[in-house]
Amino acid sequence: MSFHATLRQGVSSVLRRIEEALDAPFGGEDNPLRHLGAVGLYLLWIVVGTGLYLYTVLDTGIDAVYRSIGYLSLEQWYLGGVLRSLHRYASDGFMLIMLLHLLREWSYGRYHGFRLYSWMTGVPLIWLAYAAGIGGYWIVWDQLAQLSATATTELLDWLPIFSEPAARNFLAPDSITDRFFTMLIFIHIGLPLLLILGLWAHVHRIAHVDYLPSRRVMLGTLAALLVLALLRPALSHPPANLATVPGALAFDWFILFIHPLTDLTSPAIVWALLFSVTALLFALPLLPHPAPAPVAVVDAAHCTGCDRCLADCPYAAIGMAPHPTRPGVKLAVVDADLCAACGICAGSCPSSTPFRRRETLVTGIDLPQRPVDALRKQLEKALAELTGRCRIVVFACARGAPAKALAADDTAVIDLLCSAQLPPAFVEYALRSGADGVLVAACRVGGCEFRLGERWTAKRLLGEREPHLRRTVPLARRQLVFAAAPDTAALAAALAEFRSRLERQPADSDRLPTYLRRTSDHA
Amino acid sequence: MPKPAAIVGQVILYGAFAAFIGTFASWPKYRQIPDDVALIKLSISHLGDRECRKRSPEELAKLPPNMRAPMDCPRERSDIRLEVDLDGQPILRTVMHPTGLYKDGVSTVYKRFEVPAGTHRLAVRMDDNLVRPGFDYVKDEPITLAPAQVMVVDFNPDRGGLFFK
Repeated sequence: MSFHATLRQGVSSVLRRIEEALDAPFGGEDNPLRHLGAVGLYLLWIVVGTGLYLYTVLDTGIDAVYRSIGYLSLEQWYLGGVLRSLHRYASDGFMLIMLLHLLREWSYGRYHGFRLYSWMTGVPLIWLAYAAGIGGYWIVWDQLAQLSATATTELLDWLPIFSEPAARNFLAPDSITDRFFTMLIFIHIGLPLLLILGLWAHVHRIAHVDYLPSRRVMLGTLAALLVLALLRPALSHPPANLATVPGALAFDWFILFIHPLTDLTSPAIVWALLFSVTALLFALPLLPHPAPAPVAVVDAAHCTGCDRCLADCPYAAIGMAPHPTRPGVKLAVVDADLCAACGICAGSCPSSTPFRRRETLVTGIDLPQRPVDALRKQLEKALAELTGRCRIVVFACARGAPAKALAADDTAVIDLLCSAQLPPAFVEYALRSGADGVLVAACRVGGCEFRLGERWTAKRLLGEREPHLRRTVPLARRQLVFAAAPDTAALAAALAEFRSRLERQPADSDRLPTYLRRTSDHA
Repeated sequence: MPKPAAIVGQVILYGAFAAFIGTFASWPKYRQIPDDVALIKLSISHLGDRECRKRSPEELAKLPPNMRAPMDCPRERSDIRLEVDLDGQPILRTVMHPTGLYKDGVSTVYKRFEVPAGTHRLAVRMDDNLVRPGFDYVKDEPITLAPAQVMVVDFNPDRGGLFFK
């Protein structure tokens, strides 16, 4: 195994443990680590919202800008001061979450294949975020702004981009004009606008984007930042004076760390570091990776053009086009570059119902490596082999808790690429074909490798999303368990509890009529 | 509804997030230069000289009347040689090259020197025409720097050439 793969695996293992540990207090839906992108966006909205207020009350001018910001923090601390502090701390939080998001996606291997576009469009956003953040500090025009402006221009001057050193603009107190501040504010607005545009592109090829985290996460994050803003309000340093070097300054290490790094090393080293890290991030997808799995295939004869696969695909890999032979009917079309080969589309296809009589179950959209027909055959074979008083079929996501060990004479385990690959009708089919109960094991909430698998599975089984499991299927005979890889014991316990519940209830109290596909004539 | 233990856990974790942000948003403090040190910023932006030649009457006569400039100057500018000594010790020896594809732009330099506060002797010599021997501009005088003071060495022909500010 290469050094990169070992490192990635090590980091992902640590992150997964932390993530799973945080499920205990937060739950999957509210676990911030499982929704870093949405939390980052939320922090950005706080930055934008508070920034709009600051923009309206800020006077532009060398002294005026300092005075007006000082007024906000000291005289109007209850509104302007709090909003200024929120602006700063939400920016710091955004940087932190952005880097965590980057680390998480990298360590989970989410930077190549169908995720290539999102990765590539995400890398430049880091530069934009830092440029906007550093520029924001200049607006205050206090000693920290002076340090940052001088250090940034000295760093930029190392690159052969200006005919005259940009640092000459900050040589002496009379170098700065009011016009400079007007320009600075426009830059500080322009760069975040570019960032938002870049973020739109970043999530453009993802369906059902979480633009905001859950309400609890939003309230928790906002409350934390508000308390921080009240306890440690962001204040200005003494006004800038280019005739002196600022003394010891309270320093924002989230955004301005690059200045001490430059002082400690040299502009050449810092640029080399920045460019090489950026180049490395861009080059990561070029490293050798396992060949992508075969993508979903549409069967025009069985596709009804219902749009359900389009609605459920987490990566917007499916589009609809006019059917080549049936006028007025649409046909699903798969974009191979975007397809994650998760099988969620096959699970959403109404033609995937196992009740169809034909010997080979051909559905509208399917995965060549794990077709619905093979799933039905495997289920039928397993049902025929099951013995015992209480026969249970377990459909388990291969990326969740390992379920193979649960297989027994009275328990059949069928692995799925993703829990949402399972057409809900399979649950009813299993119950009507001899099973006493069906347990579906999905990944933990918010922990699906394909983003939405566990969510769609739950909604389909609860009848909240098409294709839904029929309401006639008794609740007592089906069980949905959310279990991540380390939850083997929890899954086993859930199965044991399910079995004991089934055994306690009268055998024929809610049993569905038996269905035998080969002899049935109503399918 | 989360259990009380979960709520306590969430409060602790959100608090830790806020504490982490609050801490590293202002701590540890950073000081760019030590207490007793001053800064000399050398920043010069100047067009090097050109080696012009006076046209003879015969040459001028051959030119169209609207192009009879008495001097024939090349487009390229001279490199600029710059030397800086502090307390008799050389701290900079450099040759600034003109910018631009045709070497017709300004020559620039920007350097910063951290020096102990106190009195020093600073000498700056600049030669903006390397064809002619010697330095065209020289500024050599004692300076007194307070701690954290920024002193700028600049050049402006309208202010008599090199000057300290």
